Order: sequence, then structure tokens, then C-alpha cells
Amino acid sequence: MLASSSGSPRPSVGDIFFRSLAGFAALFVLLVLFGVAVALLWRSLPAFQHFGWSFLWTGTWDPVRDLFGGWIPIAGTLISSAIALLIAVPLAYGVALFVTSLAPAWLGRPVGSAIELLAAIPSIIYGMWGLFVFAPLFAKAEPWISAHIGTLPYLGVLFRGPPMGIGMLTAGLILAIMVLPFIASIMRDVFAVVPPMLKESAYALGATPWEVQRHVVLAYTRSAVLGGIFLGLGRALGETMAVTFVIGNAHQLSSSLLKPGNSIAALLANEFAEASSPLYQSSLLALGFILFVMTLVILILARLLLWRLETAQGKAGL
Amino acid sequence: MNIKVVALSVSLLSLGMAGAVQAAESFSGSGSTAIQPVLTKWAATYKENTGVEINYGGGGSGQGIKDIKAGQVAFGATDKPLTSEELRKDHLIQFPAIIIGIAPIVNLPGVEPGQMVLDGKVLADIYLGKITKWNDPAIVALNKQMKLPDLDITVVHRSDGSGTTFNFADYLSKVSPEWKQKVGADTAISWPVGTGGKGNQGVASFVQKIVGSIGYVEQAYAVENKLAYTRMINAAGKVVMPDMKTFQAAAANANYGKAEDFYLILTDQKGAQSWPITATTWVMLRDDAPKATNEGVVKFFRWSLTSPKAQQEAEQLAYVPLPSSTVKQIEGYWKSKLGL
Repeated sequence: MLASSSGSPRPSVGDIFFRSLAGFAALFVLLVLFGVAVALLWRSLPAFQHFGWSFLWTGTWDPVRDLFGGWIPIAGTLISSAIALLIAVPLAYGVALFVTSLAPAWLGRPVGSAIELLAAIPSIIYGMWGLFVFAPLFAKAEPWISAHIGTLPYLGVLFRGPPMGIGMLTAGLILAIMVLPFIASIMRDVFAVVPPMLKESAYALGATPWEVQRHVVLAYTRSAVLGGIFLGLGRALGETMAVTFVIGNAHQLSSSLLKPGNSIAALLANEFAEASSPLYQSSLLALGFILFVMTLVILILARLLLWRLETAQGKAGL
Repeated sequence: MNIKVVALSVSLLSLGMAGAVQAAESFSGSGSTAIQPVLTKWAATYKENTGVEINYGGGGSGQGIKDIKAGQVAFGATDKPLTSEELRKDHLIQFPAIIIGIAPIVNLPGVEPGQMVLDGKVLADIYLGKITKWNDPAIVALNKQMKLPDLDITVVHRSDGSGTTFNFADYLSKVSPEWKQKVGADTAISWPVGTGGKGNQGVASFVQKIVGSIGYVEQAYAVENKLAYTRMINAAGKVVMPDMKTFQAAAANANYGKAEDFYLILTDQKGAQSWPITATTWVMLRDDAPKATNEGVVKFFRWSLTSPKAQQEAEQLAYVPLPSSTVKQIEGYWKSKLGL
């Protein structure tokens, strides 16, 4: 009895060892993060010094003349990720809602597992599937899209182009499928932990299922849902292999989403191996650094947003 | 006591084994991925015959140049030659090791391999985005017997940096002043129009899928994917078919005698039989490397370039061996530069 007393005033050697081990693990992560950032910045400095801030908004990418600007891949990364979220978030919400509150248990569980399995598929498989299966099918649908959606005022410009099956929209669609499981499984997990008491009280007050979902479940889980969406966004921004296969890898920014474009990760995957001039390599690394910063900024924004939501919620709750 | 003896003998034994491993010669190289399949095959056969191990890491021409400059490998391989000045600065020498033929491929309804004829000017204008329809008068003029459709041309190019692109763009630079001025030639270039596919396979699969598309690949990929490669009009004004004969003719007709350190790109060479978009991959050695290293590497390449077995293996992998006249010049170069 005495030996097992947990309130011992003197920490044992094991405790100290374990503490420092855990502390070291945490420090290690920070060191790695810092190391990656510094190494990227260091090697991209020549490009930043040579091109200055205009690197961010110049669209030239000419390895022959050693002229580089990152605008086209930066924009392509943002656009393809935006398309992915636009499609994946409503889908994920539907899946999570269905699995947690609408489906009978015998159906909800398999559907939930199937969604998680999507996350286990390696990205190169998505790329190959996208190129060899999805793109040819999509190419058959594109003339219809051009003829019907492409003729709409304003929005139509985005959907006009040759029926190639690959391009910005295809990349966005493949990305949507890839990030769907991350967003959906987080939504499902947090929807499942909403106290039944809250939901039942709302029902007792005469709320419809939609009202319960909107004002109770979503309100209760708002911050976690946002967290899931940002996790998906982070993944979409950095996805390399699948995007390289289907984005078209053309160094141009077109008004139409049906036309080929480029993203930072795809450009790096394509051109790094044969980049011979020092400025060329440095420009590629500079793009890598920009991608790193973009992801970091999004994570920080997500944190801030969550923090604000939580404080607002706290006040409202009290 | 007993244990110590056992331990000692075990450590002696392992020492002996390490010695044995080191005694087997082994040389490493890195660089061009275009030459990797044939180099790997050669290395395997060479090891069977001689016991000498050649490890080739690929990694791209840029990597090969970097590694040989740093002295980390015994040889590097590149699709884009270095100038004599650059070679001398870093104590390097270079020589061609294999020929690769590059052919335009098209996807048009009813068009068979080898049916369509193009010339450099038209090819450049298509890739500049100036010719946009298949029934453009310039294409029709070269293919009078064919019925060409009123179809948009979809241009496909390589998305990754590659020696294939370098040689293709080099050819367009030679035949079109506008291409030379606006685009130029490098392993990756600023394409005026088109969609990028990763690797020869990526370009081949895009062209296969998109009706009305044109691309360029190593001839082996065109044949393998049953794609409609085109004939070309060469520098002598003759229509030639892309095959081993015309690829070799380009090398045989090349005047290496005047080109210092084999700095000669095989595109647009003279000769009635020469295929205009022919490429070579160069191997680089350090002239200040230990004599034994260079001796070993040169021995391997001498075997690769001259033995019938190695030639046959190259042909099986759809590469084109260097003609014997070029091999003689390379052997002379080894003698004068390395004394081997």
C-alpha cells in the first residue's frame, strides 16, 4: 500500500526520465519545423534577392532565360484547393449527418468505414485513377458542360474549353474526393458526441430535425467542424502526386477551369530533378517556401478563428 | 578464454569478408533517366561477365552534373552537353553513349503511323500556337493526299524537365528563328501553348486520349503505344521515317571532328537519310579521378559501345547504338584525354 502511494513528494528517477523524454519529443517537433523553414528560406534566398517581392505576382516561368515568377502556380494551388473545398465540405456534411443521425446503425457504420477507407488510398492511385478512368469519362461530359453551363452569363467563362478531361476542374474534383474523408470523419466524430440531452430537449420544444441540426448540433460542434475543414484545406494545398497527373501542367492561368493549369506542388514534382541552373533551383525552393508559409498562415488563421468562436460561444453559453 | 577466441575468429572472419567485398570492383554513376534502362541492363550483363559492379542511380541530368562536379560518382550522364569551357573548369570530359530518336505523334481519326508528313517550320508554328487547325494550308501542303479535318490542334508537351524536351526545342530553334527568339531550348522551357504530360508515358497517354492532339516522344514509346508518329522533312529536304536507320544516319553524318568534346547536338543534321530530331546522352568523367576509377569506367563503356551483345541489348530496349565511326572517335578521345 505504501509503495503504491501516488502522492509521493519526491519525484522518482523514472518520472524525471519520462518527463524529459516527453519534453524532448515536443521540442524535437519544434526543431524539425524550424529547421525545415530555415533550410527552405536559406536556399530560396537567391531567388527572392534576384526577383524581389515581384516573384509573388509575376507569371513568367522561363527556364531558358532564367526568369521566374510564382504567380501562376500560387494561383493554381489556391484555385484547385478552393474547388476541392467547395465540393467536399457539403458532401462531407451530408455524409456525417447521414451516418450519425439519419441512417440506421447497420448502414451508418459501413458507410462511415468506407469513407475512412478513402483516406487510406495512396495519392498516386488517385492520380492514376483520375488520369486513366476519370479524365476520359469527364472529357465526354465536357462538351455538354461547355454547351450548357459555358453559355451562362458571368459564370459561363469558367466552363468553356476543349474537351480534354484534364485541367483545373478535374484537379479540384480529384482533390475533393481526397479530402472528403478527412473532413467527413471529423464531422462524424464530433456530431456523435453532441449530448443526446441537448438534441432531445430541442425536439421536445418542437424543433424539426433540420432545426436541431442547424441550431443545436452545428452550433455545438462549430469549432471542431471548422478545424476539420482547415485540415482538409491543408491537405489539398500540398497534394502533389494526384494533382500532377490531372491538372495539365501548363504554365498558364486561364479564365476557364476546363483548361490546364499548374500548382506549386505539381510544378516542384515536375521540374526539380532536371533544374540545372542555381537560380532555377532556388526559384523552385522559393515556391516550396511560399507553400510552407501559405499552409502555416491557414493553420494560424484557423486557430484564431477557433479561438474567437470559442470565446464567443463561452460568453453566449454563460 | 574460449569465448575470446571465438569472438576473435568471428571478427577476423568478418574482416576477411569485408575485404572480399571491397576487392570486387564497383563504380557508381548518376544522371539522365533517359539512358537509365539501357545502362542498368548493360551493368547487369557486365557484372555477369566480369564481376565488376556498375551502380547507376538516375536522378536526372541536373543531378548527374552536380554529382560528377562534386566528385561523388565515378561518372555522370546528361542529356544536355556541357561546353568545353565548363568541362575544363571542373576537370571533366564527356562523350556520347547512346542515340535516342524523338518523333512527333498525332491523334487524328484514320491517320496511321508514318502517314503524315511535317517539317520543322510547321512543327514550330504548331508549338508556337500560330497553326491551330489541322486543315491549315501549311499542313495540307505537306499532306496533299490526306483529307485533314477542320479540328483544333491540342498541343501536348513534357511537364517535367527532360532531355527529350531539350532536343526537341533545340531542333525547333534551329529551324524557326521565331522559336529561337521567343522560346529557346532547355530541359524545361516556357511553352507558348499546350498541356504538359509527365514523362514520355504521360505525353503518349495524353495524345492517345485527346483527338486532334500532337505530342513528341522517344520513338520507342510511339511504337509501344501504337501511336501515329509522323514522317519529317530533314535538313536535306528529304522525307524520312523515324527508325533505327535514320537515327544512326544522323550520328554518322554528324561532323564530330570539328566539335570539341563532342559538343554537338544531333538535331537537324545534314544527310539525305538523317532523322532531324535525333538525340544523344553524354557520359561525363573527371580527368583528375584516380586512374583505376577511370580505367574501370572506360572499360565498361568500351564494352557497351563495341560488344555485339551490348548493342543487341540496347536495340531490344529501343535505343540506337552509336555507329562504329563515332565509336572510333570516342576511343581516340579517351586516348588523348585520359591516356586509356
